[in-house]
Amino acid sequence: MLRYILQRLILIPILLIIFSIMVFALVQAPPGDFLTSYIATLASTGSSLNQETIAMLEHQFGLDQPVHIQYLRWMQNLLRGDLGLSLEYQLPNAELIADRLGLTLILALFAFVFTWVMAIPIGIYSATHRNTILDYLVTVVNYTGVAIPNFMLALILMWFAYSQFGLSVTGLFSRDFEQAPWSIAKGIDLLKHIWLPMIVIGLAGTARLTRVMRANLLDELNKPYMVSGRARGLSEWQLVMKYPVRLAINPLVSTIGWYLPELFSGSLIVATVMNLQNIGPLLLRSLINQDMYLAGAILMIYCFLAIIGTLISDILLAWLDPRIRMEKA
Amino acid sequence: MVTQTHPLVKPAGDLTREPLLRVEDLKAYFFMDEGIVRAVDGVSFDVMPGKVVGIVGESGCGKSVTMKAILQILEAGAKIVNGKVTLRSRIHHGDPNSAEELIELTHLHPNSRQMRRIRGAEIALIPQEPMAAFSPVHTVGNQIMETILLHQDVSKKEARRIAIDVFRAVGISMPEQRIDSYSWQLSGGLRQRAIIAMALSCNPRLLIADEPTTAIDVTTQAQILKLLRKLQEERQTSIIFITHDLGVIAQMADEVVVMYLGMVMEKGSAMKIFKDAQHPYTQALLRSIPSVQSHPRVKLPTIAGSIAHPFNRPKGCPFHPRCTHFMRGVCDASQPHLVEVDEDHFVSCFLYSEADGTKKMNKTDAAPAKEESL
Repeated sequence: MLRYILQRLILIPILLIIFSIMVFALVQAPPGDFLTSYIATLASTGSSLNQETIAMLEHQFGLDQPVHIQYLRWMQNLLRGDLGLSLEYQLPNAELIADRLGLTLILALFAFVFTWVMAIPIGIYSATHRNTILDYLVTVVNYTGVAIPNFMLALILMWFAYSQFGLSVTGLFSRDFEQAPWSIAKGIDLLKHIWLPMIVIGLAGTARLTRVMRANLLDELNKPYMVSGRARGLSEWQLVMKYPVRLAINPLVSTIGWYLPELFSGSLIVATVMNLQNIGPLLLRSLINQDMYLAGAILMIYCFLAIIGTLISDILLAWLDPRIRMEKA
Repeated sequence: MVTQTHPLVKPAGDLTREPLLRVEDLKAYFFMDEGIVRAVDGVSFDVMPGKVVGIVGESGCGKSVTMKAILQILEAGAKIVNGKVTLRSRIHHGDPNSAEELIELTHLHPNSRQMRRIRGAEIALIPQEPMAAFSPVHTVGNQIMETILLHQDVSKKEARRIAIDVFRAVGISMPEQRIDSYSWQLSGGLRQRAIIAMALSCNPRLLIADEPTTAIDVTTQAQILKLLRKLQEERQTSIIFITHDLGVIAQMADEVVVMYLGMVMEKGSAMKIFKDAQHPYTQALLRSIPSVQSHPRVKLPTIAGSIAHPFNRPKGCPFHPRCTHFMRGVCDASQPHLVEVDEDHFVSCFLYSEADGTKKMNKTDAAPAKEESL
C-alpha cells in the first residue's frame, strides 16, 4: 500500500507538467491577448492608448515574446511558488485567490455536507422502500434535480423569493457587511445568507448521489449475505445498516476526494448569477478579459487539487475496503 | 418473550415424543405482476430429533422456498398462505437442558423479536454459497461473534472464545488466526467450514443445510459431508438437508422427501426410498444417477421433458406430462394425495389406492416404462 502511494506521488510532478502545458495552451487559445481586449474595452468607452504605451505594456507583460518563451517564464515563476501578477487587477494572483478562498471553502463545505446528509438517508430509504409512493416521489424529485441546471434553479428561486416575498437572496452578506472586516456579526450574517446558495449548489449533487446510493444499495439488498444475516436472527434494520449500506457507501466515499477541486473552484455560473464572492466569478472574469496569468493560476491549482483528490480517494477506498487494502502490491 | 400463557405455545411438559419440527400443509406463494407462483404447495413432513431429513428435487421445485418459509425469511412478494410449522423449542435457547415448549412459527410475525430469537439460536441455516453468504468487508470472526452476541448473554471476549472453539470443532486449523481473516482469504473448503461454524455457534438443534456442497469440488465435498455427519452425531442436531444430488442424500439422510413443483411426491425412510421407490418420479430420478457398474458409453436415462413453467403448472398431478405411467382422465384431472403404502412410506400417485395404499393395476403397468434417452 505504501509503495502504491509512493508510486502515485512520483507521478504528480509529471502530471502537473502535462497539465500546465494544456492549461497554458487553453488560456492562450482565444485570439488576441489581454491587451487587445483591454484596448477594445477602452475604445468602447471612448478613450484609447497610444502605440508607445501599448508597446511598453506588451513588453512589461512579456506579451511580445513567442508563446513557448512566455510559457517557460510562467513555469519558472510557478516553480518558485510565484503565481504571477494579474494583468487586470495589477495585484499578485496569490493575493486575489486567497482573498476569496475562505468564502469559497465555507460555501463548498456547506454544500458538501448538505449533499451527503440529504442523499445517504434518502437513498437508503428509497432502496429499502422500493416502489412505494415515497420512493416514486423521491425518484421524480431526483430526476428533476439532475435535469435542471443549477443556474436555472438559482434564477427561479431568486425570482420566486423576490416576487413573492420581496426578498433579495443574492450574495452571501447583507449590504452593511459586504465591505466590513470579519467579525462575529459578519459570520452570523453569512450563516443567514448561506442556505439558499448551499441548496442551489448542492441540489444536483444530492440528486445524483441519492440515485447512486439507491442503485448501489438495491444491488446489495439481493446478495446472499442478506439471507444469511436474516437466518442468523438479525433484525432488518441491524442487517441493512451493517452490511449493504456499508458496501453501498464504499464506492461513494471514494469519490469524496474528487470533490476537492470543486471545493476550490466554486460553482462558476451559479456564483456569478447569485453574486457570490467566491473563486468562480473570479475565474470567469479572468477568462473573459484574457487575464491569462490569473486564469492559469486558478486552473493550475484546480488541476493540482484534482490529482491530490484522486489520491485521497484511492487511499480512502483502500482504508475502507479490505479487499483492496490487502491486495499484494 | 415466550411465556407459558402465550396462546400459541403449549405448556412445557413431556414433549420428547413430538417431532422437533413439524411442517403441515405448508403453502408459500409468490404474488407477482404476471400471476401467482405456487412455489410451495402443500408440503408436510416431520423432523425427528437427531435425524437428517433430505429434501430432494430438481431446481425450481420449491426446496429453498420451503426452507425460507420455515425460517420466515421469504423475499418480498412471497407469502405463506397456508399451513402450520411447529417447533419444539427450548425456552432458553442454546441451553441443552432447557425446558421445552411448542411454538407455532407460522403464527409469529416474520420480523417479531420472538421469531428472530429462534433464527440462528434454535434453527440455523447453512447457506448455499459460503463466499456470498459472508460479507466481504467484515472478517468471518466479526460475523460469527455477531451471531453469538445476538443470542447469548456473553461479553465480546467470551464471544470470541466461543467462535474460536467452534472453529476448532469444525476442523479449522489455527483458529485464532483464521477467525480474523476475510471470507475471500479462505480456501473453498475452509470457507465451507467457517459457514458451518457460524451456523453451529449458538448450538441450534436444527440445521437447515441448503445445498451446502454444490459450490465445492468433490474431494472437499466428501470431507464436508463427513464433518456434518460427525457433528450431527456428536451434538444430536437434526438437519434438513436440501439438495438435488441423490448421492449426497444417500450418504446423509435418514428420511427423504422428494419434491416436484412445490409438492411432495414421495417421502419415507432413506432405505425405502432408495431400495423400494414407488413414485414414477422418484424411480426416474434414481434411474438417471450414473453408476460405476453401468456399461460404458451407454446413454444415461433422463426424464423426458422439463420442469413446467411455474406460471402454468399442469392441472392434476404436476408430474403427469413427463410421467411414463400417465393415465388420461385421472392424472390430469385431479391432484393425488399422499397415501401410506408401507410403514413410514408415503406416495402421492394415482397408482396407489387412497383407501389402503395398495398398488392398483393399470394398462401402463404391463408395458415397460419407456424412458427417453437423450
